Formats: sequence, structure tokens, C-alpha cells
Amino acid sequence: MPFLNWLKRRLVVIAGLLTLAYLLLPNVIVTVFSFNKPKGRFNYEWQRFSTEAWKDPCGVADMCGSLSLSLQIAVWATVGATVLGTMISFALVRYRFRARGAVNSLIFLPMAMPEVVMAASLLTLFLNMGAQLGFWTILIAHIMFCLSFVVTAVKARVMSMDPRLEEAARDLYAGPVQTFLRVTLPIAAPGIAAGALLSFALSFDDFIITNFNAGSTVTFPMFVWGSAQRGTPVQINVIGTAMFLLAVLFVLVAMVLGNRRNKQKA
Amino acid sequence: MKTTPDNSGDVRLSKISKTYGSFTAVHPLDLTVPEGSFFALLGASGCGKTTTLRMIAGLEEPTTGTVRLGDQDVTHLPPYKRPVNTVFQSYALFPHLDIFENVAFGLRRRGVKSVKKQVEEMLELVQLGEQARKKPHQLSGGQQQRVAVARALINHPKVLLLDEPLGALDLKLRRQMQLELKRIQTEVGITFVHVTHDQEEAMTMADTVAVMNGGRVEQLGAPADLYENPRTTFVANFLGTSNLIEAEVGTRSGDDLVLRAGDGKLVLPTARCTAPAAAGGKVLVGIRPEKISLTHADDAGEIPAGRNRLTGKIADASFIGVSTQYVVDSPVCPGLSVYVQNVERDGRLVPGADVVLHWSPAHTFALDAAQAIDAGTGEEVAA
Repeated sequence: MPFLNWLKRRLVVIAGLLTLAYLLLPNVIVTVFSFNKPKGRFNYEWQRFSTEAWKDPCGVADMCGSLSLSLQIAVWATVGATVLGTMISFALVRYRFRARGAVNSLIFLPMAMPEVVMAASLLTLFLNMGAQLGFWTILIAHIMFCLSFVVTAVKARVMSMDPRLEEAARDLYAGPVQTFLRVTLPIAAPGIAAGALLSFALSFDDFIITNFNAGSTVTFPMFVWGSAQRGTPVQINVIGTAMFLLAVLFVLVAMVLGNRRNKQKA
Repeated sequence: MKTTPDNSGDVRLSKISKTYGSFTAVHPLDLTVPEGSFFALLGASGCGKTTTLRMIAGLEEPTTGTVRLGDQDVTHLPPYKRPVNTVFQSYALFPHLDIFENVAFGLRRRGVKSVKKQVEEMLELVQLGEQARKKPHQLSGGQQQRVAVARALINHPKVLLLDEPLGALDLKLRRQMQLELKRIQTEVGITFVHVTHDQEEAMTMADTVAVMNGGRVEQLGAPADLYENPRTTFVANFLGTSNLIEAEVGTRSGDDLVLRAGDGKLVLPTARCTAPAAAGGKVLVGIRPEKISLTHADDAGEIPAGRNRLTGKIADASFIGVSTQYVVDSPVCPGLSVYVQNVERDGRLVPGADVVLHWSPAHTFALDAAQAIDAGTGEEVAA
């Protein structure tokens, strides 16, 4: 059977392509429907091609405001979680202190805990403290759940780092600050970058914890959720597509830079 | 490039020790390394040699005692303020920097502005001019080793410390690098302190070797002196191989000491006996395997008078090219090693043959029998 032989030889490729399609199909749909001109308020059925939404991405009331808020929170949550998480990682790997074992396991608890439970308990905490719900409570919550991911990423990197490298730096006239900036940080950088990227992505699209602790503030995921009840403007698809394209561009640039560096070395 | 002989490159350790909790890594130790010398700390792993080196580098603070460079007390100076550089075990090259920047690191940290010329010269010295823009992981082990040496030497340290610098290289490359390091040391005239567990490496390269064991210096001296006149069983066994035979002190005749081993007698110069030589006392008589001659029992009459002799039977013979190594069982002592150069091979010397072992009294040494006879052989039971 020639067909069976053909299939056998290409089975891995076919399986790979199918999995990729499975992963990317939702993005394709979002992109296609960003060019739709729906009849009613819901953008669920294809009508006809239009670039109206792309020409006026902020045409829907409050949407761009919520998008800007989400971006701000994501940036600050990334900065906060990355700085704190990196420091925690160094402390856990480099120093022996009394509660080290406990901290090591407790730091992963937020990752394992159901998000809705954490959201509700955070709300209880904020209310009892008399905190005003809004930008700051969202930011505090986001930094908290991003921390575990940063620690995981950075710790792996710091653990695999040869302590002799820092000794070599000190031996070569670098003081503590210089040693950290010139040797420790650059070597830990890939782990820190991975932690930061994860934080940004997690913070930007978080809905459950944000929804509980936002008060009257509306982030982009909350806006999408809210409008889905009343009708979905095409602009949501435009923003989704733009974010997706930005991420792809980011990855491509990183790949090209990496390739060029490798070629220089060889 | 020779430094002026103002003794500023002397390393003087006085009473330094290091303890970790209840474990003593280095017992109080006095050591002076003269400027411009190539000094080796030799010992098995865990003998305290690396800890001693790290105390000189400033990476480890001594529990007691002081470290001096020339007349300067550097005991409490951090490593980045000491005029000392280290070639680390497995090199510790910065993986994120290229070769040029690795070598330039020390200069840049001290604020030297134009590093290009110096770095290029240093890379030429270690024959790596072509590799300047590569990353460390793209170089071979031998090349990485040379980068590590260049990175340390470019700072013109008063003392260069080498922590098992050749441990990761294969045998052939190690031989080559031994000569290379020796050449560089002669060329720059800097004091080198070299830590190694390889006795051959220490003897090939160093002017002076300190043999360390259990956190103490067992013996210190020139390689040939240590080899010919070991004062402890550890040194006798760790540096090369020694045959150690239990014997009893007999009489003195002139400058010589007569010992009884079994029903034979052995003679050695009194000066070569480090044990208390009271008559009737026990000593260990030592003789290096290559100093022993082997004669078939039938020709025993031809052995010149005045030589120490033992009878025995060949238990094993292995041919290794330049020499043949025999194991001879003697009634006095089983398992004696004898190395015979393959000049004129006697076909009768095969396992089972009766032989006479004989050697010059001047090559004999005697050690205190109170020590473990197998210390330093690598086979002794860990204490």
C-alpha cells in the first residue's frame, strides 16, 4: 500500500502540523473576524470584509482606556515581581538561613492554589484593611502571583551558576558591586528575562483575581468580559490581533539577533 | 619584565590555620615562598592545599595567623585589593564575555583606559591572537587553560596562584602545558604557587615542593631532595613508590648503621636515618624500586661486596617498554617492587625464578616505624 508507506514516513510531520493548527486556530479566527462587519452587536457570524475597525481601533467607548490601564499594571507588576523574585532567588540559592526550606516550598503555593480562592481571600484581606480597591490593589495582587513564576525561572539559572565565576571576578579586582553588575547579573539575565516575560503575560490577561480586587476600575480583560454580555465590538479582535502580531514580531527579532550573534562567533 | 628583587613577591604565611566548625582543614602552618620561585603544594584531595591557596588569594579568611606579601600584611584585605591573581580549577572563564574581554577584565576593573595593546600582546604570549572574539565555550580545554593564565598574568600580580590548573586536560596536553607554564614563569619571573595532587606535575615544574597531608606540611624541599630523602612514610609513598621493610636497629660502625631484617643485615649511613636509632629499636628501611638491581640466584657470587642484599623469588613481571617492573617476594618482606631498565635483559628473570636483590647502602633510608607503613599509597584505610 503506497499510501500507508507515505503516511508512515510523514507521520511525525503531520502530527506536528495538526498540533500547530490546533494551537493557532483561535488566533486565526480572531484575526479573520477583526475584518468582519457584523450585522448586530455580536461579532460571531461572518458577514463581509471590512477594515473599519482597524481604521478606528479606539472607536469603542472606554476600551482603549482599559487597555492602557492593563498595560501599565502589567509593566509595573513585571518590574516589581522581577526585582523581588530575583532577590528571593539569590537569597534561596546563596544563603543558608533558618526558614530557608519553608520559604522554598511556600513560594510555590500561589502557583498551586486555585486562582478563585486566592482572589476571594485577597479581597477579604483588602476589605479588612480598609484599602481602596483599584489600581494599587490590582498591582499588589499581580505582583504577588507573578512572584512564584519569577522565582522558579531565576532560581534554576542561579543554581546552575558556577560560584567560582564570582570568585574569579573578585580575584580580578572587581568589588562586590562590580562583581554583581559585570558577572552575576549578565549570567543570570536569561532567567530574569524569562521570569519578566512570564510576569507580563500573566498580569496582562489576568481576569479572576483582577475582577475580585478591582473595585470600579476596569482592565482590558474585564472590559472584554463585560462587553461580551452586551455585544462584542470588532475592535476587541483588532487589539487581540495586534497583541498577537507584536508577540510574534518580538520572537522573530530575538531569533534574528541570536542567529546573527552565533554567526559572528563562528 | 623581571620584577625588581625587593622581596615584595615573597609570600609569608605564619601560624595560619582554618577550621570549619569542628573540622580543621589546615593546622597552624608556617610557610615562606621566596619571590620568583615556582612553589608547589602537593597532596591528596582534602589535605588542605586548596584552602591554603584560597587564604593567600583572600577567598578564605584564616581562622588564625597572618598572610604577608613582602612586608605588607594582607590577612584582612579582600581579594580584589590583593596584588595576587588566580588560575582557577576548571578555569572559571566568564561565559558571557569573549576571550578579549575575559583577558581585559582585570585591567578594566582597575580603570586602565587603553587595554587593546596589552590584551593583544598577552594573547600572543599564549598563542591565542586569532581567537580574541570567540566565546570561551568555543575553545578547546587547552586553549581555555591558556586564556585563564593570560587573564591572570596580564595584571602583573606579585604572586600567581594556580589551583589544579591542568587537572581537566588529557595526559599529553598536560605534559605540554607543564613545560609551557614553566616557560612562562621563567619569562615573567613572578612567584607561582601551584596546587596539585599530581606528584609528577609538582616535581616537573616546581623549584620547591611542600607535601601536605591532613592539613599539615609533611615535608618541604626541592623535588630531588624530597624524592631521595623522604622523612615520613607518607612522603616516601606519595612521591613515587617506595619499598618499606621492617627492621631492627643493630650496631653502629663508623658513619654507618647496621640493621637486622629477618636473618639478613642491611647497612645505611646514619645520616639517612630519621628515626631514633637506639639499638633494638624498630625502623622502616626504605629503598626506591629503580635503585635495586636484580641478579639471578645462580650468579649471586658476582655481586660486589658492601651492597645491601635480600633473597627472594619473582612473583610477577610486567614489561612496559623502557623498563620491566618486577614484584619479588622476599622472606623478609613480600611484594617488593623492582624496576629494571631494559638494557641487557636476563632471560632467566621470569616469575618463579630465585633472585638476589641488591643495592647501594647510600640509597637506603630509614624511617620511624611508629608511622603507618602504607600512608600515602592511596590504599590505606581512611582514618
